Amino acid sequence: MTTDGTSQAAGRHISHPGGLKVLLKLTWIELKLFLREPMTIVFTFAFPVVLMFVLGETFGNRSTTDAHVFGDVGAMNYYAPAYIAVVTMSVGVIMLPARLTDYRSGGVLRRFRASLVPIWAVLGSQVLGALVLGVIGAVLVVAFAATFYPVHFPDSLGLLAAGFVLCSAAFAAIGTLLGAVMPSPRAAQGAGLMLFFVMLFLSGASVPTEVMSDTMTRIGDFLPLTYGVDLLQGAWIGGTWDWVSALVLLGIAVVAGFLSLRVYRWG
Amino acid sequence: MLPVITVEHLRKVYSHHVVAVDDVSFEVERGEIFGLLGSNGAGKTTTVECVQGLRTPTAGTVRVLGKDPLHHAADLRGRMGCQLQESRLPDHMKVWEALDLFASLAPGVVDWQTLLEQWGLGEKRNAFFSSLSGGQRQRLFIALALVSSPEVVFLDEMTTGLDPAARRIAWDLIEQIRDRGTTVVLVTHFMDEAERLCDRVAVVDRGSIIAMDTPRGLVVRYDPLEQVVFSCELEDVEWLNDVPGVCSVTRRGPRVVVEGTGPLLARVAAALVDRGEAPDDLRVIEPSLEDVFLKLTGHLVED
Repeated sequence: MTTDGTSQAAGRHISHPGGLKVLLKLTWIELKLFLREPMTIVFTFAFPVVLMFVLGETFGNRSTTDAHVFGDVGAMNYYAPAYIAVVTMSVGVIMLPARLTDYRSGGVLRRFRASLVPIWAVLGSQVLGALVLGVIGAVLVVAFAATFYPVHFPDSLGLLAAGFVLCSAAFAAIGTLLGAVMPSPRAAQGAGLMLFFVMLFLSGASVPTEVMSDTMTRIGDFLPLTYGVDLLQGAWIGGTWDWVSALVLLGIAVVAGFLSLRVYRWG
Repeated sequence: MLPVITVEHLRKVYSHHVVAVDDVSFEVERGEIFGLLGSNGAGKTTTVECVQGLRTPTAGTVRVLGKDPLHHAADLRGRMGCQLQESRLPDHMKVWEALDLFASLAPGVVDWQTLLEQWGLGEKRNAFFSSLSGGQRQRLFIALALVSSPEVVFLDEMTTGLDPAARRIAWDLIEQIRDRGTTVVLVTHFMDEAERLCDRVAVVDRGSIIAMDTPRGLVVRYDPLEQVVFSCELEDVEWLNDVPGVCSVTRRGPRVVVEGTGPLLARVAAALVDRGEAPDDLRVIEPSLEDVFLKLTGHLVED
């Protein structure tokens, strides 16, 4: 038994770099797969930009008498960071669960597992892919807003980047957890879309929190996107770091991430 | 030398106390094609899935290349290739991307281009998985099982969905792989496939291995009687019973069927010539694996 143990330990030592190679390869393929999926293009890239256009045309970006509604800044300065958060949310709750449930129920995971692709590489490639897509989506939204409306430069680019990573991590973890518990791709899609729209409207990303009723604000307090919007708006407008929001998002990322790794079953 | 696969007293019970595999033991030597032959639901796939580490055995031990596939999967990465009965790839994954991905599981650089051509997928390299036909998918899965140049490869019903020509090509390719030293575990319900490819066959029935030998060995042991068939005008052929080795003589219309052992064809031919008979359709029918299977299990594979 003891000799067996040592040889196994030695074997594992050699095989680790292989796992990393697989992770990177899988991430690259996943990224391409995401981009071949119409749902991705619509919800991650097109939809946020279209909403930005609607909001921009409705409110403009002048410091009007209504400016206090948007935290005393122009509407587009208010929305640009909010929509970065929306992009990370869309990737997390719409794309990841649909993909992970599809992999599980369709036999893709079995295929991977039989070839001894490590599960952390499968989940890791999803999360890394989601992060990269989030960056692309966020750049699109900001580029659109900055091109057509006089959006001011973020007050703290560093804090914005940190907040973005935290948002992406939290929503990727939520998405992975949904992918682990939802029985089928259709169920995952339904749940994902519902979460998407509820959060879009009640987290201050569309309707400013200042004009929401108390009930709506209280519901918003339970929605992860509220904290994402607050965190990114703080970084963009004023360059402040909202510690409460940051900790909430970090907590979500850790708990949901841990749970999904525990719950996720190979097909 | 250590066997490539060792299975000892493997037992798998599913929920509701369904015993899928009961006390199965076998060893697979390096460089052989080992077949698990049985009808659907006999327990072949469950057995092989336990060996691959896809299922947890209820009892018994499994070693692949000396490792426990369930707990030391990382040690086997790239050294074990699998083609599964039911699996899929993402719809929008291209053929070359799949090969490239699975090749990355192996250490070093793998030439998957040759494999792509060998398995007739050269023209499909940029096709999405969802656009492939059943046969193309099957060939892709076999190619994926082989792409990391594994030491041992599991093929579960590999020729299902292949047309007859593709089937023969697949057989030739698998023989070539074995000749290069790869160990092959072949799960099949096709008798001709097992007879043609396998160096050794385990006949699986109702969750147990009921016989294990070379295909020829199985035939010799379980169904040693050969048949010699010919047409002749003679009314009385009973005298053939006196030929050494003959067990029975039956007339079926114009045909006579002689059953027996030993160099039956030569002896019957000599006896006929002695009587002045020279039938021009004299031939021997050797017992096939199918006859053995029928005899052993008492049912046909399609049952």
